[in-house]
Amino acid sequence: MRYSGLKVIWEGLTGNTGWAPAWRDPAPKAEYDAIIIGGGGHGLSTAYYLAKNHGMTNIAVLEKGYIGSGNIGRNTTIVRANYFLPGNSEFYSHSLKLWEGLESDLNYNVMHSQRGLINLFHSDGQRDAFVRRGNAMINQGDDAILLDRDGVREHLPYLDFEQTRFPIYGGLLHPRGGSARHDAVAWGYARGADQRGVDLIQNCEVTGIDIENGVVRGVQTTRGAIRAKKVGIIVAGRSSQVAAMAGMRLPIESHVLQAFVTEGLKPVINHVISFGMGHFYISQSDKGGLVFGGDLDFYASYASRGNLPMVEHVMEAGMTLMPMIGRAKVLRSWGGIMDMSPDGSPIIDKTHVEGLFLDCGWNYGGFKAVPASGWCMAHLMATGESHEVARKFRLNRFATGHLLDEEGTGSQHNLH
Amino acid sequence: MRLTCPLCGSRDRREFHYYGAADYLHRPAAEDAPDAWDIYLHLRDNPAGVVRDLWYHELGCAQWLIVTRNTVTHEISGVALVAESAK
Ligand SMILES: Cc1cc2nc3c(=O)[nH]c(=O)nc-3n(C[C@H](O)[C@H](O)[C@H](O)COP(=O)(O)OP(=O)(O)OC[C@H]3O[C@@H](n4cnc5c(N)ncnc54)[C@H](O)[C@@H]3O)c2cc1C
Ligand SMILES: [Zn+2]
Repeated sequence: MRYSGLKVIWEGLTGNTGWAPAWRDPAPKAEYDAIIIGGGGHGLSTAYYLAKNHGMTNIAVLEKGYIGSGNIGRNTTIVRANYFLPGNSEFYSHSLKLWEGLESDLNYNVMHSQRGLINLFHSDGQRDAFVRRGNAMINQGDDAILLDRDGVREHLPYLDFEQTRFPIYGGLLHPRGGSARHDAVAWGYARGADQRGVDLIQNCEVTGIDIENGVVRGVQTTRGAIRAKKVGIIVAGRSSQVAAMAGMRLPIESHVLQAFVTEGLKPVINHVISFGMGHFYISQSDKGGLVFGGDLDFYASYASRGNLPMVEHVMEAGMTLMPMIGRAKVLRSWGGIMDMSPDGSPIIDKTHVEGLFLDCGWNYGGFKAVPASGWCMAHLMATGESHEVARKFRLNRFATGHLLDEEGTGSQHNLH
Repeated sequence: MRLTCPLCGSRDRREFHYYGAADYLHRPAAEDAPDAWDIYLHLRDNPAGVVRDLWYHELGCAQWLIVTRNTVTHEISGVALVAESAK
């Protein structure tokens, strides 16, 4: 079924009885050409591009819960291409271009909104760093505009410009940055993959990976054994557990990241605002809720809920930046489990097992990467070669020293 | 979350700095192969379950602690001084 404005109006007038389920609910087959473990954003986009770009349609996505139950349905939806390092820069640039064509490609409204992202800075040193970053973005072909204090004031008049702890010196505006509806992205890719013949199998947890003489043969699941010539591990916060099924020990630590949303309000925040010094960022959803978050709780965790010290810290930072939000009531808070890598950058690579591939290490920034990660992982699984914009996302870079430390804080767990 | 420091008693999580898995206690020698350093610095079991990790009682006695903790439930089952542990 093709979705269109006309269809929405027609269905509205005829009692909404003509909608069909967006994807099938197939039973697993005995064998596939390729299996994707994990039905999050990255697993679904990988399946979609395997089918669309590489004509591989005899494939399955195995998801232990339901589609959208992981981080893809828990994140705060910032989409941007403001990276600095070669290796990251071209990858996120590619991803943003895919975002810009995503809705017509998927025939699905993912509510991608390029409302502009503003990263605030608060010192001369920080300004220099942002000038440099802005130039790197422009060199990559993306957009960046340096705003001084008055420039920020024009866009964000409601910030507290009088505060003395972190005086606002200016901001780096990334006009093509913005947000999207997170679960719509999962649903859109799921529907697109399904339409191309991909089996999306929910409530199907992978419990083992079958390997013979160094070659992958398939997986064991709670719905039986399934054979496959190729297997991709794309399970975000659970990467260490699934990789261990293939005897691997990953450079990954899992941490909880929290987020918050207020009651719905009239439009008040028109941009995505990032206040790095306070570890705080905020935007307003199309439903009106203020969506905001902060930093990790900073200890390894698989509990999808955080602790109070970070709640307190995030609220304080929000009040420091924009006291006007103090009256808004917080409706909900939640947490997601992040696959943190030592240098803060991802991994899209082969493994020591032939036919077994790995896509992980997305830290707290994997939502914007969903299109390009799927694109590049599909390329790798189909051709056996790294895609040119994901060439540096190697699994062995920690051993070889070819790090991608975007924040410049070092390559060690708990630094990003 | 509260940790019971062997020296200071039950204290709020805010008093402690989390450093990471107890793997950090096994520092290779300077002349060891790069692989040993890779394992020490980067590779982790990262279990969903019981871990032993290092915390520093920054706003208390300034001791390094080994905390035995469940990463799924956040339950803490033991806190010991690194100085007194067999590592
Ligand atoms: C609070 C929060 C805010 C965030 N904000 C942003 C942001 O603003 N911008 C941004 O770019 N990124 C953001 N992120 C990061 C982003 O959400 C993640 O990096 C990204 O979603 C991870 O990839 P995924 O979608 O594939 O993960 P997931 O949706 O977690 O997918 C992994 C899937 O694998 C499944 N799985 C696990 N083990 C198994 C198994 N054994 N068998 C079968 N299935 C299995 C899980 O059930 C899950 O559905 C945020 C994350 C959080 C938690
Ligand atoms: Zn103490």
